[in-house]
Amino acid sequence: MSAAIRRLRWAVPYLFLLPGGLWLLVFFVVPMAVMASISLQTGSLGTGYTLSWNFGIYPEAISQFATQFLRSFEYGFIVTVLTLLIGYPMAYTIAFRGGRIKNILLLLVILPFFTSFIIRTLAWKLILADQGFVLGTLKGWGILPGDFGLIATPIAVISGLVYNFLPFMVLPLYVALEKIDHRLVEAANDLYASRLQAFLRVTLPLSMPGVFAGSLLTFIPSVGDFVNATILGSRDTTMIGNVIQSRFLDFNDFPRASALGFVLMATILAMVLVYARLVGSDELTSG
Amino acid sequence: MTATTMPLTATEAPVADYRPPLRSRLSRLLLPVYTALAVAYLFLPIAVMVAFSFNNPRGRQNITWQGFTLQNYVDVWSRPDITDPMVQSLIVAVVSTIIATALGTLIGLALTRYRFPGQGTTNILIFLPMATPEIIMGASLLSLWVSLGVSRSLITIIIAHVMFNISYVVVTIRARLQGFDRGLEEAAMDLGADEWTTFRKVTFPLIFPGILAAALLAFALSIDDYVITSFVAGKTITFPLWVFGVSRLGVPPEVNVLGTLIFVVAFLAIAAQVLWQRRQARRQLVPSRAP
Repeated sequence: MSAAIRRLRWAVPYLFLLPGGLWLLVFFVVPMAVMASISLQTGSLGTGYTLSWNFGIYPEAISQFATQFLRSFEYGFIVTVLTLLIGYPMAYTIAFRGGRIKNILLLLVILPFFTSFIIRTLAWKLILADQGFVLGTLKGWGILPGDFGLIATPIAVISGLVYNFLPFMVLPLYVALEKIDHRLVEAANDLYASRLQAFLRVTLPLSMPGVFAGSLLTFIPSVGDFVNATILGSRDTTMIGNVIQSRFLDFNDFPRASALGFVLMATILAMVLVYARLVGSDELTSG
Repeated sequence: MTATTMPLTATEAPVADYRPPLRSRLSRLLLPVYTALAVAYLFLPIAVMVAFSFNNPRGRQNITWQGFTLQNYVDVWSRPDITDPMVQSLIVAVVSTIIATALGTLIGLALTRYRFPGQGTTNILIFLPMATPEIIMGASLLSLWVSLGVSRSLITIIIAHVMFNISYVVVTIRARLQGFDRGLEEAAMDLGADEWTTFRKVTFPLIFPGILAAALLAFALSIDDYVITSFVAGKTITFPLWVFGVSRLGVPPEVNVLGTLIFVVAFLAIAAQVLWQRRQARRQLVPSRAP
C-alpha cells in the first residue's frame, strides 16, 4: 500500500459514516428544522406560507389542545408503570429461571410482534367487544352487568398500548438482568438477607439501567401513539397524536400541527436528556 | 426460609425423602406459571387473527364466529385490492431493508472498530430517531416534502423507511460486534492477507450473523409500519394503510389470511436463523473439544 493512502487512514471511519450519516441528516435532522420553521409561518396550503415568526401559535396551540396533551402524558405514564409491573417478573423469570429454553422464551416474547401492528390492535377490538367472546361470555354467566363495556373507554386504549409496547420493556429488562452476577445474590443470601431483601438491595438496583431503558422505550411511543386511540377509543380518549395527525392530513393546518409536534418532541427530548444525565449517554446508545 | 428446614440429619429422615413444604414448592412455581400466562396473553390476538382467517362470515363484518372454511385462503389471491397493497409493502420492505442494512452496517463498523473525533455526536444522531415518536418523524418528513413541492410516492415511503431503520441496524450490528476478536484479523494480516482479503475471508463471515439479524429486524419494522408511512405515502397504499383504511367498515377475512401467512413466514425465518446459528456454534465447539 502506498504511503499516500496510508496517510489517509484517518478518513476511513468518516467514509463509513458518510452515506448513512448524510441520510439521517437530510431525512431526519433537516425535516425537524423545516417543521420548526413551518410552525412559525402563516398562510394556507392554497396561498402559500410566509415566515412571520409567529411565536404566538405555540401558547395558542398548547392551550387549545391542553386536554389531549395531558391525557397523552397521563396514558404514557400509566402504560409505562403497567408494562414495568407486567414485564419485570417475565424478564426476571426468563433471565434467572429460563435455563436452556431462555432463548426460546425470548423469541416467544418477540414473535407476536411480527404480525401487523394494525391487525393485532384490531384483534384486541374483537377481544374487548361488548358482545365478544370474553365480555359476552362473562355477561352470559351473569358475572358482568349487561351494559358493561370496555371498547371506547380509556381502559381499552391503555390496554392496547400496554400490549403493543410490552416487548420494548421486557427486552431491555432482560438484557440488564442477564448481566447480573449470580454470586452477588448468593453473597447476599449468605449474609442472611431474606430473598426479598436480596432482591430489593442487590438485583433491583443492578437492573436499574434496564428499567430506565425500558421505561423510555415504552413511554416515548405510547405518548405519541394515535393508532390505539383511533381503533380502541372514542372522542373522549383522543390523544395528542390524533390531533397532530388530523391537523396535518385532514385539516392541512400545517403551522399549528407543526407547533404541536414540536412541543411534543421538545417535551420528550427534555425527558430523554434528564435520563441521559442519570445513566450516562453510553449506556443509553449501546442498549 | 430454607435455612430452618435444611439441617436434616440422616437419622431424622433420608435425604431422598426430603420434600420442601408445599408452600415453598408452590412459590417456586409462581414465576414460571406467571410467565407462561404472560406469553399466552401475548399470543392471544395472534390466535384470534388465525382463527378468524378460517371464519366464514356473512356480510362485511368478520367479528363473530360463523363457521369453518378454507375458502379465504383461495379467495385472497383473486382480491387485487388486498394483494396489491401487499406487493407495495413487500417492495418497500425489500428495498429499504437492503439500503438500511448496507448503510447501518458501515456505521456500525465505524463506531466499533475506530476511535475518531465526532464519535459522541454520531452516537446521538443514531440514538435520536429511536427516541423520537414516529408521528414526529412522519410529520416532519411531510413538512419537508410539502415545502420542497415533492409529490409523495413509493420513493418517499422508501426514503422514510431507510431513515428509521438505519438506527436499529446500527444498534443490532454493534451488539454483535462487541465481542469481536480483533486478534483474528491481525492473525490473517500476519499470515500475509491484504486488508480486502482479510475483510472478505475473516471479518465479513464473522459479522454476517449480525448483519442477517439486523436485516430481519429492518424488514419486520418496514413491512409493519403504519404511522410514518401514513404521512409520506401520498396516493400509494401499503398493506397496513389498506387494513387501517377498511377497519371502520369491517375487515374481510382475507386480511387475516395474509396476516397469518406473514406470521408463519416470520416464524420460519426466525426459526431458520436460530437453527443456523446453533449449527454454527456447534461447529465452532467441535474442533476445540477433539484434540
